Amino acid sequence: MKKDEIEKLITLSSDLRWKIGDEFHDSLAEGIYADASEISNASVSRANEKKKFRLDSKIDSIVTSKTWGFPIMFLILALILWITIVGANYPSAMLSNLLLDNVHPFLKEVAANIGMPWWLDGFLIDGVYLAVAWVVAVMLPPMAIFFPLFTLLEDFGYLPRVAFNMDYLFKKSGAHGKQALTMSMGFGCNAAGVVATRIIDSPRERLIAIITNNFSLCNGRWPTQILIATIFIGAVVPSSFSAVASMSAVIGIAILGIFFMFLTSWALTKTVLKGEVSTFNLELPPYRPPRVLKTIYTSLIDRTLIVLWRAIVFAAPAGAVIWLISNIYIGNESIAAWTINFLDGFGFLLGLNGVILLAYIVAIPANEIVIPTILMLTVLVTGVTGGEGAGVMFELDSVNATGDLLRAGGWTLLTAVNLMLFSLLHNPCSTTIYTIYKETNSLKWTTVATILPIIMGFIVTFLVAQIWRLF
Amino acid sequence: MENKVNSACETCPQYNAKGLKKLGVHTGNFDYVVALAGNPNTGKSTVFNALTGLRQHTGNWPGKTVVRAEGAFEYDNSKFKLVDLPGTYSLLSTSQDEEVARDFILFGKPDVTIIVVDASRLERNLNLVLQILEITDKAVLCLNLMDEAKRNNVKIDERTLARDLGIPVVPTSARFNKGIPELIQTVNEVASGKIICKPHRIKNVPKKIEDAVAKLSAEIKKQFPTIPNSRWIAFRLLEGDARIIKALKTGEFV
Repeated sequence: MKKDEIEKLITLSSDLRWKIGDEFHDSLAEGIYADASEISNASVSRANEKKKFRLDSKIDSIVTSKTWGFPIMFLILALILWITIVGANYPSAMLSNLLLDNVHPFLKEVAANIGMPWWLDGFLIDGVYLAVAWVVAVMLPPMAIFFPLFTLLEDFGYLPRVAFNMDYLFKKSGAHGKQALTMSMGFGCNAAGVVATRIIDSPRERLIAIITNNFSLCNGRWPTQILIATIFIGAVVPSSFSAVASMSAVIGIAILGIFFMFLTSWALTKTVLKGEVSTFNLELPPYRPPRVLKTIYTSLIDRTLIVLWRAIVFAAPAGAVIWLISNIYIGNESIAAWTINFLDGFGFLLGLNGVILLAYIVAIPANEIVIPTILMLTVLVTGVTGGEGAGVMFELDSVNATGDLLRAGGWTLLTAVNLMLFSLLHNPCSTTIYTIYKETNSLKWTTVATILPIIMGFIVTFLVAQIWRLF
Repeated sequence: MENKVNSACETCPQYNAKGLKKLGVHTGNFDYVVALAGNPNTGKSTVFNALTGLRQHTGNWPGKTVVRAEGAFEYDNSKFKLVDLPGTYSLLSTSQDEEVARDFILFGKPDVTIIVVDASRLERNLNLVLQILEITDKAVLCLNLMDEAKRNNVKIDERTLARDLGIPVVPTSARFNKGIPELIQTVNEVASGKIICKPHRIKNVPKKIEDAVAKLSAEIKKQFPTIPNSRWIAFRLLEGDARIIKALKTGEFV
């Protein structure tokens, strides 16, 4: 082609650029603004410019005020969590009654009638089916409440105000203020939060946002937090306060996560990711009354079902793995029992136990299945009857029974506290890890994002356990 | 919203966009490509959903759409592929979302670009509009969020605005499906060549720079006689935009 001509063009442009000097960019921008103002002056008119009562700015002055901004934020979070915790109980009980107490025995019966071999029946129905059913029963109700509530808040226009409130803290920690938005997305799903970091222009700050997104307690981990807090934290206070105490514990963990996010962001900017904080304009959009029914509908379809589907897809093979490692024997111990014994020593140092550590290995694909895996493995180790046999996931009928089982497995308040901490501070789920790799295109940063939180989890639980045992 | 008749126009068969068929994600075999650009948080995704019948999630915060989404609709026997671009304030810097938007308008060569603006913040939104009008000849201004503008007592003379910008202007309230039929019809008329746009070109440029731009732009025209945006490419070359220099070398503009 006319390569020479193109080269000439480029040379000409650099010559001209030298001649104009460095005011080009600014002059052009100024020119555009001048045009914009001329055009808009010609066609826009504002009726009675007098200061009239503006509801938007009135609300803003309260929800972004120095005094009230943060309390209101936590209050709203508490309210949403409260509605989720209380409201999810009933549909959850109904679903588990249907899927676990009725459909499961029915499937077993069908399998027996058609003469399915015991290992296939165990693998498919006790392994895969139960894992899936548990995820549906436990996850669907809280998600179906939490996501629409969160989406309503989002449509109303509250999220940018959260970002506005936290901007100062992000700046202090050397990160980008928009990270507040991606962090909020992470409270729903970390993988979604990682994708959302594309709104951050500077690669350095985007990387920080990606690495620290895991500190937002995601939807797969809320149920674990809520259940453990209800069983153990709620039990140490008088019963009339137990709901408040367990809710506070969960919020405490969420805030601790935000604290760790700031800490890690700050540490990264001081060490490997040094650089200037970039400034940006954050538009506070007007409050818009959400269209309630439409929002609930779309958030159910777009968020809840998609996340649920993902959980099922991952829970099915995990359920199979659990069944397999509990039923394949090396010598006279199953692989699961052997691994648990091996991990127990290390687990004790962390104030946890081998069961929990193994559960976290099995649950890498989906955090949602941590609790059922722990219960199943505890039955296996302690020999407590009440479950359905080796490698069979189950949900105990009441929260109390679950607590009794765990205490029989040697659990204390320390175990519970450290499990909650470890649930916050451990590697992201495999979907998030894959998403991080796709977004950063770097094996190195994916590894950092994966390993860093788990190291912090080891350190924190270790310290808590040692200090706890001193007293 | 209730179905009461607000004007005589609403009784006209043309008005109700009878020929509209929302095609969702079925974007194959299209006749025209339509891009949806605009500042963040002006309701692009809502317009997108109203046109395609899809339910891309919309949120009231800037930066919701970070990748481009595609959908389709059919009107008057033509199939339109609609591409929802990330919201940006400008096309002059190079963050990832801005690049996605700019590259699509520049290299994707959409048949029509719908520029969605917030009616109550027109002046600020025009910054992006004027930049897009340097790149493409065929555009429609979607003056969205008219309900909010009305609430804030902002009045816009659409005819003057259309004349100054040199492109059709359609007021809408996409959240309530208002103005969408008119928007579709206008898009169709621009795509089919019934309406010829004469877009505004940036005027308030210092003489020294304007001379340089004119000189460079003429040279570019000599090499690529068919492109409509030689002036904008000249702007970018003077800025030293590496992506544009590369595109010149590979001939992506042709």
